[in-house]
Amino acid sequence: MKRYSAFALAREALSNHMGWERAWASPAPRAQYDAIIIGAGGHGLATAYYLGKNHGLTNVAIIEKGWLGGGNTGRNTTIIRSNYLQDSSAAIYEKARSLYETLSQDLNYNAMFSPRGVMMLAQTHHEVRGYLRTAHANSLQGVVTEFISPQKVKELCPILNIDGPRYPVLGALWQARGGTGRHDAVAWGYARACSAMGMDIVQNCEVKGVTSANGVVTGVETTKGYIGTKKLGIVVAGHSGQVADMAGFRLPVEAVALQALVSEPIKPCMDVVVMANTVHGYMSQSDKGEMVIGGGTDGFNNFTQRGSFHHIEETLRALIETFPIISRLKMLRQWGGIVDMTGDRSPIISKTPLGNCFINCGWGTGGFKAIPGSGWAMADLMAKGEPGPLAAEFDMWRFKEGRFIDESVAAGVAH
Amino acid sequence: MLTLECPYCGVMADETELSPGYEAHLKRFGPGSTDEQFEAYMFARKNPKGVHFERWRHAYGCGKWFLAARDTATLEVFGTYAAQSSAPPQALQDKIKAKRPDWKGF
Ligand SMILES: Cc1cc2nc3c(=O)[nH]c(=O)nc-3n(C[C@H](O)[C@H](O)[C@H](O)COP(=O)(O)OP(=O)(O)OC[C@H]3O[C@@H](n4cnc5c(N)ncnc54)[C@H](O)[C@@H]3O)c2cc1C
Ligand SMILES: [Zn+2]
Repeated sequence: MKRYSAFALAREALSNHMGWERAWASPAPRAQYDAIIIGAGGHGLATAYYLGKNHGLTNVAIIEKGWLGGGNTGRNTTIIRSNYLQDSSAAIYEKARSLYETLSQDLNYNAMFSPRGVMMLAQTHHEVRGYLRTAHANSLQGVVTEFISPQKVKELCPILNIDGPRYPVLGALWQARGGTGRHDAVAWGYARACSAMGMDIVQNCEVKGVTSANGVVTGVETTKGYIGTKKLGIVVAGHSGQVADMAGFRLPVEAVALQALVSEPIKPCMDVVVMANTVHGYMSQSDKGEMVIGGGTDGFNNFTQRGSFHHIEETLRALIETFPIISRLKMLRQWGGIVDMTGDRSPIISKTPLGNCFINCGWGTGGFKAIPGSGWAMADLMAKGEPGPLAAEFDMWRFKEGRFIDESVAAGVAH
Repeated sequence: MLTLECPYCGVMADETELSPGYEAHLKRFGPGSTDEQFEAYMFARKNPKGVHFERWRHAYGCGKWFLAARDTATLEVFGTYAAQSSAPPQALQDKIKAKRPDWKGF
């Protein structure tokens, strides 16, 4: 793999940019691997990358039914933050956020991490109390975050209406080193680095079955034939229940549609991310100038990557109340992704009832921010066969034992 | 937009008139049950990519809960029936089987 650099750019300019090599190879699958990851989204690719980088395991294939990064990773609104309430979540999301800080250098690929700051508005007294509690917990956890006044909110984001008639802004939880990243670049950067380590990324190849002998995984049946493996990682987000079924176990997961939309591009008007969870909408501005907007999920099981129209209306209504200047913007594109929601709304990184088969799922509406940390923890689990400190509390047996990681109720937010 | 017929008032109700209630026909386990039974009741869900039976409430209509059969991969609605049913009516099951020969059954 030729490194990307200012020098490379100058060198390639001399040959009219005809000399750039492909970012990753597209080989046919081999008969047997040491480890197979199902799903080439951010989490699957990051798992493979850290298997190679941290554990020296490179005889690895990543099997993807569509194109890499075409699932939720390529459909999300890229908010990155780590100011969660519970210790186990704060630890893994902060690990991820800190890895994002140097991800571009690490991968030699511009992941465009932009720590522009993430602001979660408090618009009820309940939210004020909740966020104060989170801020205190974060200071004990070593996660840098603070509760700021409405005046500071206005200073940081002048287009925000802080004294709306229904829900005036009472303050906000502010993480200055949170922000956004480039969703595709994160997937592409990891893919390129995996390919450079000699791993095989096999696209357009759907896993149809999981084989085992004596309770231990032996391989996968795919649309490109049987592939043997010593270890299997299932990292398929919305289709986790379906693939778990192939491996013979059930998950506490339901699939629902989450939507997002972008406006026509406008001049820079907002350089922070704002989440307004009471009225339910969030917004940031992309480098292209589009306002990037998201809201809530539909309340029914859905695999169509298409959500209900009235949710878009609800989201926009909330945001027009929060940002009156967007009321006459045209919306350009809208799309949906199928998110995997667990019983406690926290992810699962776990061994499974099938030997040497591991699962990483349940990131639901908020897993883009977690990609590097999740891949780090999953690789650790797959390499050693036992969870390390980051993954320990995210096992799938917590639902039976009542050890929930109750971020949803604790933080009262979607992500 | 999903449109479901309320089996009580016969209204073809738009999704905005309804509240979703997820999987139907869950068996309730309480005190005295095993951990596995209670976990299954609380958290294990079928979550099928295909034929699904679920609960809906005619929230902005008669206010009653009812049950619906729907395909989660196409959003096609097969039919609705009363909440007091312990299984989907045979006629509805036959209709689904005719449309989805691969369906493994209720
Ligand atoms: C609209 C929207 C907005 C969001 N906004 C944010 C946000 O602002 N911040 C944030 O942190 N998170 C956000 N998220 C959540 C985030 O996108 C996800 O948590 C994250 O991308 C999940 O990554 P993944 O790698 O687990 O899944 P995916 O990227 O979905 O990858 C899973 C892959 O598995 C493949 N697959 C499935 N079944 C099979 C099979 N049988 N064989 C082979 N391959 C298979 C799929 O094709 C897919 O490519 C948002 C999500 C959506 C939908
Ligand atoms: Zn009714």
